[in-house]
Amino acid sequence: MSRVSSPEWWPRWRRFKDQCATLAISAGGGVVLFTILMLFVFLIYEVLPLLRPATLAPQASVTLPPVASGPGWLSAEEYGVLAFSVERDGSARFVRQADGSELKRIQLAPAERSVSAFCRGGDGATALGYDDGRVRVVRAGYSYTVLDGQRRVTPVLDYPWGLEGLQTGANAIQRLALSSDSQLLAVQQANGEIHLWRQRQTPAAQSPGQPLSAPGKVPLGVQPLAGGLHLMDGGRWLLLLTPEAGYRLWSLTGTPSLVDEGRLFAEGETLSTSTLLQGELSVVAASSAAGLHRFLVTGRGQQAKLTRVRGYDTAGVVIERLLREHRRRGFLAFGGDEVQWFHATSGQRSLRAPLPLPADGALALSPRADRLLLADAEGQLRQWVLENPHPEVSMTSLWRKVWYESYDEPAWVYQSSASSSNYESKYSVTPLAFGTLKAAFYAMLFATPIALGGAIYTAFFMAPALRRRIKPLVELMEAMPTVILGFLAGLWLAPLVEDHLSRMLTLVFMLPAGVLAFALAWSRLPIPWRDLVPEGWHAILLLPVMVGLVWLSMALGGPVEAVFFGGDARRWISTELGLAYDQRNAMIVGIAMGFAVVPTIFSIAEDAIYSVPRHLSQGSLALGATPWQTLTGVVLPTASPGVFSALMIGFGRAVGETMIVLMATGNTPIMDFNLFEGMRTLAANIAVEVPEAEVNSTHYRILFLAAFILFVFTFGVNTIAEVVRQRLRARYGALG
Amino acid sequence: MTAEREPLYLRRRQGFSHWVRSGEPMVWFNAGAVSFALLAVFGLLWLLAWHGLGHFWPRELLQFSVNSETRQITVLGEQVSSERVSAEQLRGAGIASQAEGGWEWRRLIKRGNRDFFGTDFIWLLDSRVLEVSRPSGVMRVERLEWGNLYGRLLWLEQDGKVITDADADADADADGVWALFQGLIAANRSVRDEIRALEREEVGGINFAMERLRLRERGLVLDGEPVPAELARQRAMLESQYEGARRRLLALYQQSERYSYRVRLADGREVTLPLGQVVRAILPNDMGPLAKLNYYRLRLWEFLSDEPREANTEGGVYPAIFGTVLMVLLMSIIVTPFGVLAAVFLHEVAGQGRITRVFRAAVNNLAGVPSIVYGIFGLGFFVYGVGGEMDRLFFPEALPSPTYGTPGLMWASLTLALLTLPVVIVATEEGLARIPQSIREGSLALGATRAETLWRVVLPMASPAMMTGVILAVARAAGEVAPLMLVGVVKLAPTLPLDGNFPYLHLEQKFMHLGFHIYDVGFQSPNIEAARPLVYATALLLVLIIALLNLAAVALRNRLRERYAALDGS
Repeated sequence: MSRVSSPEWWPRWRRFKDQCATLAISAGGGVVLFTILMLFVFLIYEVLPLLRPATLAPQASVTLPPVASGPGWLSAEEYGVLAFSVERDGSARFVRQADGSELKRIQLAPAERSVSAFCRGGDGATALGYDDGRVRVVRAGYSYTVLDGQRRVTPVLDYPWGLEGLQTGANAIQRLALSSDSQLLAVQQANGEIHLWRQRQTPAAQSPGQPLSAPGKVPLGVQPLAGGLHLMDGGRWLLLLTPEAGYRLWSLTGTPSLVDEGRLFAEGETLSTSTLLQGELSVVAASSAAGLHRFLVTGRGQQAKLTRVRGYDTAGVVIERLLREHRRRGFLAFGGDEVQWFHATSGQRSLRAPLPLPADGALALSPRADRLLLADAEGQLRQWVLENPHPEVSMTSLWRKVWYESYDEPAWVYQSSASSSNYESKYSVTPLAFGTLKAAFYAMLFATPIALGGAIYTAFFMAPALRRRIKPLVELMEAMPTVILGFLAGLWLAPLVEDHLSRMLTLVFMLPAGVLAFALAWSRLPIPWRDLVPEGWHAILLLPVMVGLVWLSMALGGPVEAVFFGGDARRWISTELGLAYDQRNAMIVGIAMGFAVVPTIFSIAEDAIYSVPRHLSQGSLALGATPWQTLTGVVLPTASPGVFSALMIGFGRAVGETMIVLMATGNTPIMDFNLFEGMRTLAANIAVEVPEAEVNSTHYRILFLAAFILFVFTFGVNTIAEVVRQRLRARYGALG
Repeated sequence: MTAEREPLYLRRRQGFSHWVRSGEPMVWFNAGAVSFALLAVFGLLWLLAWHGLGHFWPRELLQFSVNSETRQITVLGEQVSSERVSAEQLRGAGIASQAEGGWEWRRLIKRGNRDFFGTDFIWLLDSRVLEVSRPSGVMRVERLEWGNLYGRLLWLEQDGKVITDADADADADADGVWALFQGLIAANRSVRDEIRALEREEVGGINFAMERLRLRERGLVLDGEPVPAELARQRAMLESQYEGARRRLLALYQQSERYSYRVRLADGREVTLPLGQVVRAILPNDMGPLAKLNYYRLRLWEFLSDEPREANTEGGVYPAIFGTVLMVLLMSIIVTPFGVLAAVFLHEVAGQGRITRVFRAAVNNLAGVPSIVYGIFGLGFFVYGVGGEMDRLFFPEALPSPTYGTPGLMWASLTLALLTLPVVIVATEEGLARIPQSIREGSLALGATRAETLWRVVLPMASPAMMTGVILAVARAAGEVAPLMLVGVVKLAPTLPLDGNFPYLHLEQKFMHLGFHIYDVGFQSPNIEAARPLVYATALLLVLIIALLNLAAVALRNRLRERYAALDGS
């Protein structure tokens, strides 16, 4: 024998090979295990940052070159290079954030005048109100040039309302407000008089220093002195808040008119401070009793009113100053020697940190909300680095109703993008989850009777010869690409059903009735005739009957429509039932997706029923039970866990199906269970939006959250199904 | 008593309530469910086949005289479908209907000539049609642009001069003109093939080399090294090559633009059109069955072997077939070893403890995780994560335009490999479980090591199961669209991911896919009505491919069962 004469190292070599093989296989298995884990871990890794709280890190403060008066106004440049500050005496300067050095200084007013009011406009514009009634609007802009890979920033100052500004009266300016397009100014003078000034020229047509055509002036009369004056919604509303927490709201469309007045807070509370939020559609006001509330203008025209939509929990701190973010609906609230960072929509407080604020200091938040600057009276520029990537998301904003801007009531809304950047993000996952369940529900409604009926018949009644052919055929259907089902549903079935709605409805009633009628007729046939068709071939016998029934339904559809639906079933649905009808609706999805899950349910349920030990059913039949009684009394109870597990797996598949829903519905995220309207599901939403979502943005992570929900849900459903099935197998083992 | 002779439910004249109580109706309902499912399956396949295969058959051209609102017009075209509409619906669309009974028939006619009529399709109300005829000598011209043209050929021109006798009324002449027309089309086709070959291979190759040169230069600059003069010389050479190719292309284009043909349209207009745009021209009403069959064969072949034209609404789906097959091949190359290794590990190497059971259950359940989840994982992890990192490390010269940090063939294959991993693992494990323990023990008892037993005995016996798993995986991957939309499929890829330029297989390229083609053409196409038949044909093709793969898997499984049936009994 050759093995006997093999060299001495041979056994060791073989052992080595054996160990190598074991190692390689274990490594392969390990890689696969790792990949599966990776799938789970990566989804969590992408979702987790949504929950991360904000951070605030103090930086070294720098000393600014001394000026005659205290700081009045501060704004920060996009990339954290420059800052623009205006002192109380009207001198303005650009300084470097890194070392405090001055880049450019501009004297905006004669030295004897001082600035009595500041206000922020859009696009870096600031309105300055002087104590002699003059108003000047300056805009700090920056131009960027890239040289040798280095970004260079050049500050540009321009004057949207002209270099000289506007003489609004003789009194000092009490408060002013500038609309976001810098076209409209609301000015209150120290005597309480309010005037609106509207620019007649587009800012683009001016160059600094050129005289403007006289702005239009609209008086609003003498009003209480304001603690806050806000031009909202691009100058559509003017809101005046008094220090005693009273408010007045004017509509400025057409002739200005007072539309609402009242109190912001409960009796006894006074206004501490207030700010507009980004988008200029809502106002956040803080009360002297540690309240912090968001207000919106709701209603239209003369019916408009200021509505409190939500409060924020300040943990008992009275807020003294508010600072809004530039690009999100977030704001910083200062008070009680600490800072809190809220997001208006989600209501989330993502930061609470100690930060004593000097009484006389100018604050600025950079446009990207990543730097906080504070210029204090001692000439120090203090700086903090902030990070708060995803404040828009909280459990509330994801799952509960939220009162969004421009809505008249709280609602579940999912709207990931809009044309304007001034957009309040609406990331409620509820409509998507609802749509997912709705689609799955209708699919199961369609699939369950067909799949289970088919499984019962195939496993228990069907002739074995036929079963051997039917089963692979149905399993083949499981591999039918869903894109084809979706395409047929969207482009063939949807228009067909829309045009022949009454025929489809007739068919729904006709099929069971027709089958019943045929069965009854069959049972009345003489036995020799019935014997022509062997036991277990009913299904084939029914095929021509079904075709006939379909034809009959098509023929009867017209008369049925005329009799029951007044000639037009679609109109009947909208007028009599009051339901909207989309061409691509839940019914279409139910049918198409039901078709996709039928093979899954059928296959598993059939296995479960077929595997019920024969001696059970034979015993029951021997005791005189009819086959149907045997089925319902013995076989189905035994197989019920398997049937349940089949339904679960089918449901899991329906929940995660993408293409059919994508193609067979209009993909609108609505919260309506109407059979004749569409939906947007989590899966379809991912497919539609993820290619356009910016990497690592909130939107991107929300989509990963949707994927994570789908993953966990289907994994859970399948695990339950699997466990149930294992139990069933053990039971069969015991029975057999 | 009758009851003793036969069971209660078979009694002949049982009462209705008896009949119901026996459960017989329920049995029939269940049978009804089976027949409904069967009917739906066959109906669906028939629908796809009817619409998909019917599209390539040359339809007759019909000429309609229609009484329009103000005047009488003539419409020439193919009848696509006809339907019954209610008068109300018509009134809703602003058409006065004088039909009796409130219903009217209308038909959809494809009249083509989009460049002259604006739209390809027109609805004709039967009540308005005065006369229908089937004229002889009208042709259907497939063009590269503007869709089909229907009309009557008058004469041919070369460089603007008429080269055939203009007297097209004489039958003999008409035949001569037609023969010449066909000859010119054939000649033009070869010119076009030449142009395409030149553009694809030569110009494509030069561009590819230029891009590589640019990247090399930039890479050197990034590394702070001097750019050798050699590169400039190479560039100059490529440029001169390009100039030569361009000149040859120009000559070919001029050659193809020399001829034109004169057509009379249905409305009597006469127009001259470039012959270079003609793909194929036939006289459908004068074709015999054999000619039609031949034409059918040509169209079917074009569909399978040609590239799409006119925003995917015409032409073939060859790049999509190619992309699907290539992606699936790559996927199976990745998934097979890992799937088999994992299955062998689970079944042969790891102890059958709790952890293994959990792992196995996890693998099983992964099969039920929605494919879109794999898609978003592939996008986030493979494309942006791994791909982005690869770009930073290996292709910094191409940045900011990504090389691997963008969806592509490799990421699509990897994602689908991950998606189909459970299928392969489960199938292989099933195969391993079917091998009786006694065989392993026999091998070990004869002195073989575990590895030798595995390699020589167990794996060969399990190989059909592995094949089954891989085929099922391939079938699943071929039909999957949702994840591919995120990780690499595009509606129109300018080049195939496999070509003559080193490294021949371009894993970073995007590709076309049959399933996505269906979605895209069916739902994103500007001219859905014209594209619809092609979508049906594509769907049929995809169904056939997947059905074949599945049947192969079933056949393999059956063979496997037969092979070990004897072993099971022992």
